[in-house]
Amino acid sequence: MSTAEHAEVNRRDFLYIATGAVGAVGVALTAWPFINQMNPDASVLALASVEVDLAPIAEGQAITIKWRGNPVFIRHRTQPEIDAAKAVKMEDLKDPISRNANVKDANAPATDENRVVGGKEQYLVQMGVCTHLGCVPLGNEGDYAVVEGAQKEGGWFCPCHGSHYDTAGRIRKGPAPENLHIPEYAYLSDTKIRIG
Amino acid sequence: MSGPSNYKPTTAFGKWMHARLPIMELVQGQALDFPTPKNLNYWWTFGGILAVMLVVQIVTGIVLVMHYTPQASLAFASVEHIMRDVNSGWLLRYLHANGASMFFIAVYIHIFRGMYYGSYKAPREVLWMIGVLIYLIMMATAFMGYVLPWGQMSFWGAKVITNLFSAIPFFGESITTWLWGGFAVDNPTLNRFFSLHYLLPFVLAAVVGLHIWALHVPGNNNPTGVEVKSGQDTLPFHPYYTMKDAFAIVVFLIFFAAWVFFSPNYLGHAINYQEANPLVTPSHIVPEWYYLPFYAILRAIPDKLGGVIAMFGSILILFVLPWLDTSRVKSGSYRPLFKGFFWIFVIVCIALGYLGSKPPEGAYVVWSRILTAYYFIHFIVILPLVGLLESPKPLPSSISDAVLAKKKPAVVPAE
Repeated sequence: MSTAEHAEVNRRDFLYIATGAVGAVGVALTAWPFINQMNPDASVLALASVEVDLAPIAEGQAITIKWRGNPVFIRHRTQPEIDAAKAVKMEDLKDPISRNANVKDANAPATDENRVVGGKEQYLVQMGVCTHLGCVPLGNEGDYAVVEGAQKEGGWFCPCHGSHYDTAGRIRKGPAPENLHIPEYAYLSDTKIRIG
Repeated sequence: MSGPSNYKPTTAFGKWMHARLPIMELVQGQALDFPTPKNLNYWWTFGGILAVMLVVQIVTGIVLVMHYTPQASLAFASVEHIMRDVNSGWLLRYLHANGASMFFIAVYIHIFRGMYYGSYKAPREVLWMIGVLIYLIMMATAFMGYVLPWGQMSFWGAKVITNLFSAIPFFGESITTWLWGGFAVDNPTLNRFFSLHYLLPFVLAAVVGLHIWALHVPGNNNPTGVEVKSGQDTLPFHPYYTMKDAFAIVVFLIFFAAWVFFSPNYLGHAINYQEANPLVTPSHIVPEWYYLPFYAILRAIPDKLGGVIAMFGSILILFVLPWLDTSRVKSGSYRPLFKGFFWIFVIVCIALGYLGSKPPEGAYVVWSRILTAYYFIHFIVILPLVGLLESPKPLPSSISDAVLAKKKPAVVPAE
């Protein structure tokens, strides 16, 4: 497509470029379905919400449910755990952002209040997915659990690469970059929530 | 492809064919008469061994697919069905699983041989880079294959490795969701890994074709690193190297069979005989042995993105190796300083592999960091400097001279 052969730009040059451009756009448009087919399909997206009854969870007890293929931790926290979480200074946090899908401000600080729902602060609902490489952390473990005699209460530890989370699910030590994420959820009644 | 061919069709059919598709000329010129340095040692047989292993993996893989079901709720049971019900299924699966490990043992020896004898240097840079590409495709293929039995280690290995991409700024999360086809590793992930695991070996075969093409333009390097100067320096590939390779292949297959028949699960992980459970992570996740050095590098860096960059960087740096080594002498046999550093590098790679198998705590972390630093220093600092500082031993004037000198015990050159 060199113009060196003829002095001025002519109709043929325009046709070359126009044909090439249409071809390139056509290839890109055709490629898109082949790339996009790998994104989550309609059946995967349909499983987007789940309802959980919190009443049977006793204080100090935790359950794990499956939502969109991932574990969600729901813990009924004891008062010492809540106190420990509230006592943490913001400057001691590795990730100062709340990571809570229910808080409007995406950069809200990771205070204990911003990690739970007001008036329901005993229930901590969070993804059981380590923010490092996606393993499931172990509950009642790690350096930031509340120690009651010989027993650890609250706190999470990821066995894969050694990340420690505190009693509000915030990253305190180890390679994970972010606090455990909190999925979108809402109270349907006093003891029932819908996740997603 | 270049190379002399003395092919003259003799039969009537041969002449008819030659005028239409000169394939016999190609075979004779490239596989039979191909002039090959006469001093190649047994380290050079691993190319042929690798070709055999690729065929073993493709053949065992194709027959395993006749019995395997790529569906998350059925995959694990179908592998047990292969082990218990299918005629010789246990043998086919053990051949395929251990064959992957044998493939990697051979490729590591092949790569280190190329490093020691400077086989990556001009005019073989493209040959070397195609080799690194082959290695990358092998790693991707083996990773996806390991996911297919859908055991606990399959599942969590897949989750951890795909999550590496979540370290990419801004697009990380969309990329992992796209890779998984969902919000976690699940059936869509298994399906696509199965599809690609079936495809990639054939891509590999095609790239191996390019590798051999790029080999046959300059011809083989050899233990002296001195280029072929005359017909005196070479032998026809057949029968000299077909026989030498065949012998090495048989010995290697004995080694392979010893694993398959006496220790078929030694290189795997017991926990992979437990079906995948997305709600419970095994207490100690370890990749297959052939990834361990890179896993150690990943964990050595206390930052998610940094770890991922270091891990990929440790492989990608091999692409520029031909330009990092400043010495004009190819063979390590004539480079006293380089030789020492080469063996230190081999030991560092093995030590990183050991560290990758250990939990990330205490002294293991400290050593991983030191050796990761050394790994990169070897390429970026040591190789360029050694080439400038060392005085190499005198090179033989030709391959033939080196071979003849070896006959006289008094002047044996260093191996």
